[in-house]
Formats: sequence, C-alpha cells, structure tokens
Amino acid sequence: MASSANNLSWRHKKAKLFQSFCLGVTVSAVTLLAILIYQVSMLGLPWLDGQFLSSFPSRFPEKAGIKSALAGTLWLVSLTASIAIPIGVLAAVYLEEYAKPNRLTEFININIANLAGVPSIVYGILGLAIFVRTFALERSVLSGALTMSLLILPVIIIASREAVRAVPSSLRQAAYAVGATRWQVIRAHVLPSALPGILTGVILAISRAIGETAPLIMIGALTYVAFVPEGPMDEFTALPIQIFNWTSRPQQEFHELASAGIFVLLCVLLMMNAVAVYIRYRGSRE
Amino acid sequence: MQDENRTVLDINDVCISYAGELAVRNVSLPIYEKKITAIIGPSGCGKSTLLRSLNRMNDFIHGCEQSGYLGFHETDLYASSTDPVEVRLRIGMVFQRPNPFPKSIYRNVAWGPSINGFNGEMDERVEKALRQAALWDEVKDRLQDSALNLSGGQQQRLCIARTLAMEPEIILMDEPCSALDPVSTARIEDLLFELRENYTIVIVTHNMQQAARVSQYTAFLENGVLIEYGDTEDVFTRPANRRTEEYVTGRFG
Ligand SMILES: Nc1ncnc2c1ncn2[C@@H]1O[C@H](COP(=O)(O)OP(=O)(O)OP(=O)(O)O)[C@@H](O)[C@H]1O
Ligand SMILES: [Mg+2]
Repeated sequence: MASSANNLSWRHKKAKLFQSFCLGVTVSAVTLLAILIYQVSMLGLPWLDGQFLSSFPSRFPEKAGIKSALAGTLWLVSLTASIAIPIGVLAAVYLEEYAKPNRLTEFININIANLAGVPSIVYGILGLAIFVRTFALERSVLSGALTMSLLILPVIIIASREAVRAVPSSLRQAAYAVGATRWQVIRAHVLPSALPGILTGVILAISRAIGETAPLIMIGALTYVAFVPEGPMDEFTALPIQIFNWTSRPQQEFHELASAGIFVLLCVLLMMNAVAVYIRYRGSRE
Repeated sequence: MQDENRTVLDINDVCISYAGELAVRNVSLPIYEKKITAIIGPSGCGKSTLLRSLNRMNDFIHGCEQSGYLGFHETDLYASSTDPVEVRLRIGMVFQRPNPFPKSIYRNVAWGPSINGFNGEMDERVEKALRQAALWDEVKDRLQDSALNLSGGQQQRLCIARTLAMEPEIILMDEPCSALDPVSTARIEDLLFELRENYTIVIVTHNMQQAARVSQYTAFLENGVLIEYGDTEDVFTRPANRRTEEYVTGRFG
C-alpha cells in the first residue's frame, strides 16, 4: 500500500515536470518572438509614417517608401490565393473522397509529399522556364502568382486532406443514409466540418507565399519599381524583395527602413490571421 | 397466415467479407412487408454487416465484398442499373451509435427531406417526425439549438426522427435502444408498434425481451451463419436448434 502510494506521488511529480517543461518551451518561443518584434519596432517604428507607406523607393532614405512593394505583395497574394486555394482544396477533396486507393493515387500521394519539401528556388527556376519563357508571361505579377501557387499547392493539399480525413465517417454515413448524393454530403457536411482545418493550412501556406523571396528573384521580379501594378500583366516588386534590397545597402538608415518594412510585413500576416480566426468563429457558431 | 406475407426484401445466399475475411456466410431469409424482423446473435456475428448490406451502406467500406442475391420487391439491389441513392431514400437506417449532424435540431430532421425535393410544409414534417420519435416535448422550445447539446439518448431519438422524416418504406435499426434509459426504450418500442402498421422494420438488438416483445420474425446469427429463422414465438419458445435455445435463454457460452 505504502509503496503504491509512493509510486503515485512520483507519477504526479512526473506529470508536473512535463507540464513545466512544456510551459518553459512555450515561454521561450514567445519570448524570442517578442524580442524580434521589439527590435524591429525600435529600429523601424520611427520611420513608419504616411510618407513611408505612400512613397516609392528612393536613393534618399528620408524619401523612400514601400508603396510599390506593398501593392505588389497584395497583388501577388490575392492572385496566388485565388489560384491556389480552389485548386488545392478541390484536389484534396478529390483525393480523399473520390479517388480509389490504387497505384496511381499512391503515386500522386508520394509526389505531393515530396513536392512539399522541394526548395523554393527550384520552383523559381520552374516558374522562369514555364511561365516567364514558355507562356511568355514575362516578369509579371501573374508569373509570380503562378509560381507561388505551385510552391504552396502541396501545403494546401496536404493540410486540406488532413482536415477532410478528420471528418468522422459516421457523419458521412448519416448523410448518405437519408439519400444524399456524394456531392451533397461533401457540400453540406464534409466541407463545413473540415473548414477550420482547411483554413489553418491555407493561412500557413499564404503566409509562406508572403515571405518567400528566392523564387521571385529567380523569375525576375524587380528590385526598384516606381509604379504600382495595375493589372496582372504588370511588372512588380514585393515586400521581402524590398526588405532584402534595403538590408544589403551599407547605410544604417536603410537598415532601419528594412525594419519598418518587416513591421509592415508582420502586420499583413497578422491581419490575414485575424480574418481566418473570424471565419472560424463564424463557422463554429452556425 | 404465412401466405398473407409479402416479401419486400429477399436475402438469398448472401456472403459478405471484409478484406477476404467472411463476416456473413450464405445467409438466406425473407423480410416481410409491414412486419418487424429482429436479428439477434452474439457480438461480432455479422448483424450490423448484414443490416448495412440491405441499404448499400457497405459500399463505403473499402475492401468489403458481397456475393449472392438481394432482391427489393422485384429489383436486384446490387444491379448496376440500381441507384444506391434511391435505395437509401426508400430504405432508411438508424445507426448503432447516435450520429446527429453538427447542426441545429431542426436542420437534422429537415435536411433529408429538403435535399430530396420535399416542398410541403417542412415545420409540420419536422414536428411529426419528432413526435413519432418521442422527442418533441423535450426539444420543442429549442429547435434551433445544436443537436450536439442533446443527451446521448435524445440524440438517438433525433436520429430516429431524421430517418422517419424521410418516410422510407423500410427502416433498418441497429440497436437503436442501446444508449437509451428504460423509459425512452419503452417509448421507442411503442413507436415500433405504431410504425408496424405502415413500415417494414428490421431491428438488430441484444435485448432478448425486446426482440420477443416487438418482432414477429426473428433471425439468429452466429459467426456469420444463420442458425435459425422463423416466427418470433417459435424461436423463443420452441427453438429448433440447441444453440438458439442456449442463446435466447441466456445460457450462451
Ligand atoms: N469495417 C470493417 N472492416 C473490417 N472488418 C469488419 C468491419 N466491420 C465489421 N467487421 C468484422 O466483421 C465481423 C462482423 O461485424 P459486425 O459489426 O457485423 O458485428 P455485429 O454482429 O454487429 O456485432 P455487435 O453486436 O458487437 O455490433 C466482425 O468480426 C468484425 O470484426
Ligand atoms: Mg453491430
């Protein structure tokens, strides 16, 4: 009796220990993020004003701004999202709900998993060869968006598949049992239940697209752009490229501008996350 | 007496296997119109498997294969010209575990009719189904609440209401009372008596008294084999097979 009681208290201790360990890891991750934000804000915030947001790049730090880069990123992200999300989600639904588990499906599965691990520069080379050259889309936002779509498709597909797979089969059966067709089951039950998971994957993927620089440089996005893209065929630059450009200059002022740029980039990311949280919240209330 | 019965479902030499493993072996039995047929037998003997084959719910299980003939009126349930969606419209099912949609109580009942082009008075249809399933009084003031907030037993009655709202010809029930308290069980049994007038019912149950009370015909399965089938009274009072006798009297090994 005594020994089993001892044993129990040791087990409680182990549970506590693990809990503290998890807490410690979480706190250090959050602390690192806080330090990053602190540094970026200290350097960048003084530069962050209306003039910064509404000016084109310039040789003079006090006149330089991120108007073209911000506009380029917004263009790039909206185009990428409208290309990659429908294709990715539909592909996931096909693979989970329709595809028969045969050799071909297996082959596709393995390839998608592999594609998710391909370095982004390789997608840049692919985009250059296919979109820029073969399809003659030049160095347009559209080329960039198509390249980015290729890059994030595997992530969207994998996350959406996980979400679709997590929908309990008893729910599907309940729907089939009242005479629903496959499409009705997917439309009314599978997709709504999978939506939060799909959204999480989509947001992660889009965030990655916002931060990627290498493939854009590869397909020839410009580093000095004094205009805002007005259509998908216009040339463009993007926030990470502008930030990279500023950090590679010797003057301290430009480094501070880069910090301001990073701050704006973080804000764009946070805003997207907020939208996702809102959609989730609305979904869970229904 | 026997001659008055019309066979609606003709189960003829049906074998069902999962990944090559036989779960139902050469079962043949008729399901008579507007009668309640009970399927009894020990856990894992293939009751649910057989039941699911009757409205083609096994189609969704990968690796599940079936042979033999399953006739529904004059048609072959598994003919390539038979539309499984139509089969499930006419043969409804209540599952072993309650599985309401994560939507409002009202939507749970109304969804089936609405996707199948029902354009009568939906509120009436929902109320009627909920009343039949002995759930109306408990939920009438909270029809827009999520069905997931109901108790397990209420959820199961909601699932029954969902099936009734489709007004199918045949209702398949897989242990519909296993999550219910005695009072709700009694109400479901009353419901079964009432439904017997208009519906054909096949019910799987572990409760011998229930099988004896509600059904007119009983099939006893063991290891996927149909050991005995006949009049419920005969099966329970004068079983032809010793295994059946042991099982229904509770002396089962
Ligand atoms: N989806 C499945 N995949 C593989 N084997 C299955 C599957 N469903 C059932 N089986 C097997 O088929 C046999 C019959 O199962 P079934 O569910 O029909 O039994 P049951 O009579 O309904 O049992 P219970 O009374 O416990 O519900 C069991 O041996 C079971 O392991
Ligand atoms: Mg069962």
